Amino acid sequence: MPSQEHSRTQRRDETPEEVPEPNAASPEASARKDALDDDIDSVLDEIDGVLESNAEEFVRGFVQKGGQ
Amino acid sequence: MTVLRVMGIETEYGISVPGDPTANPMLLSGHVVNAYASARGSRTGQASWDYEDEMPLRDARGFEIPRQLADVTQLTDEEDPTLANVVLTNGARLYVDHAHPEYSSPEVTSPRAALCWDQAGEQIMLESVRRLSAVPGTAGVNLYKNNTDGKGASYGTHENYLMRRETPFSDITHHLIPFFVARQVMCGAGRVGIGQDSTSAGFQIAQRSDFFEVEVGLETTLKRPIINTRDEPHAVASLYRRLHVIIGDANQCDVAGLLKMGTTSLVLAMIEDQALDVDLSVRKPVSTLHAVSHDPSLQALIELRDGRTMTAVQLLWVYYEQAERYLQTRSPGAVDDDTAEVMSRWSRVLTKLERDPMECVREIDWVAKLALLQGYRDRDGLEWSDHRLKAIDIQWSDVRPEKGLFHRLAQRGRIEALTEDADVKAAISNPPEDTRAYFRGRCLEKYPTEIAAASWDSVIFDVPGQRSLQRVPMLEPLRGTRAGVGDLIDRSPDASTLLLELAAARS
Repeated sequence: MPSQEHSRTQRRDETPEEVPEPNAASPEASARKDALDDDIDSVLDEIDGVLESNAEEFVRGFVQKGGQ
Repeated sequence: MTVLRVMGIETEYGISVPGDPTANPMLLSGHVVNAYASARGSRTGQASWDYEDEMPLRDARGFEIPRQLADVTQLTDEEDPTLANVVLTNGARLYVDHAHPEYSSPEVTSPRAALCWDQAGEQIMLESVRRLSAVPGTAGVNLYKNNTDGKGASYGTHENYLMRRETPFSDITHHLIPFFVARQVMCGAGRVGIGQDSTSAGFQIAQRSDFFEVEVGLETTLKRPIINTRDEPHAVASLYRRLHVIIGDANQCDVAGLLKMGTTSLVLAMIEDQALDVDLSVRKPVSTLHAVSHDPSLQALIELRDGRTMTAVQLLWVYYEQAERYLQTRSPGAVDDDTAEVMSRWSRVLTKLERDPMECVREIDWVAKLALLQGYRDRDGLEWSDHRLKAIDIQWSDVRPEKGLFHRLAQRGRIEALTEDADVKAAISNPPEDTRAYFRGRCLEKYPTEIAAASWDSVIFDVPGQRSLQRVPMLEPLRGTRAGVGDLIDRSPDASTLLLELAAARS
């Protein structure tokens, strides 16, 4: 599929120019990304606090009838 | 060419009673509908559904199946008085579909509006959960915006797109099947478990994909087809068809939801204009659909009938480039904002997915879910078969903001939002202003006691002093807008005045 391969590559190369993504390149964004990575532990701590305490029973109890 | 067209989203919610897996889901779903409706002073029988124009057994390929041969779950047009069913002032339908509460959004004209009124439905479900949890002596009911229980049952999130009737159905199936095989990488909701009943452990991209077993067909509850042929236009049948898309997942990420509706609408526009000059027919669409879903690395190869192979992202790039070229040639410099937004999001997301799918962690449901699951796996060394990961998958979609894990991440600013809370709040009560849903919703709001029934394409009035019911047909989805009937409704104090004015306007 030479034509697809070519156009895909071209697309990928020109995308940053055509569709500037303000967040990706900016220093604030990379700082935020780092913050998000650091944040993962505190996210998991938070989710620990709300996750159903008996996971096995919760999963077993979630039984649905089929729909459309 | 534009993403703008009449469209809507129907969402069936998973339902359960904490600690009681044997609770009757039909009855519970009825409670959910009634809890919302009765709080607004409407009995569910008061403005009931008008089934006259429902044709669930009419097939787009040009035939109708005899009723006695149909599976009982296909008979969606028979009124069951025990099942609750209301039309809301925002123009939506809230009812029990089989064993799930379902919210069918009003007709809207843009992907952004589709997101807004679908999220209004989630808020309506949340209100029911709150009301039922306050009933003394009961365990309450929990609702989940997902599409499978991981044990073999699936329930749908359907999209509807109004199309021109003259477009051959074979063109639709030809160009949409490859698109639907690949589309899931942009808008799958993620799932723990492989196979309909999760026979193998693992993570896959889409909730629904494993439940699709044939390429084209009329069924929605068994032998589900990639392309559903239900031909029930709810509009002038000689002019329009309603494409009923049953293959999507329920989205909570705005960007994924926008792309699901927007890119599909663009592909349909190109099909209608016969603008696609590529043949991307997939050799084995059903098994490929499953294979793509089962590979979160996005390296799975799709084999085309002509022998070429490409990944799902590469295949979507072809559709993207066709759309971009078509926009440039057909409407240079005149692309509306909604279309421009979808095109720019589309190319940005494909670029990221190609580089590293995890870059879409703020935009796409399956990526956001996978990142959380992977965090647990890394921290606690969990196998994919661990119950905790399955619990996270289910609880991800709990509609309660304090329990739903998606909502918890969104509250921490980890998900990119496109809708405004104030707009969603308004959409709970108010209809869209640019479709016939405006007429339906305003009439329900202003003349609730004088409406006997309503449907997508009719409102039936029961006016005091009139011997017979007055049925107002609404077969043109873009008539009955605020611009068309807003003043008329504003100045009509009751339904009989409105009907007289409508008759006068017609003559």
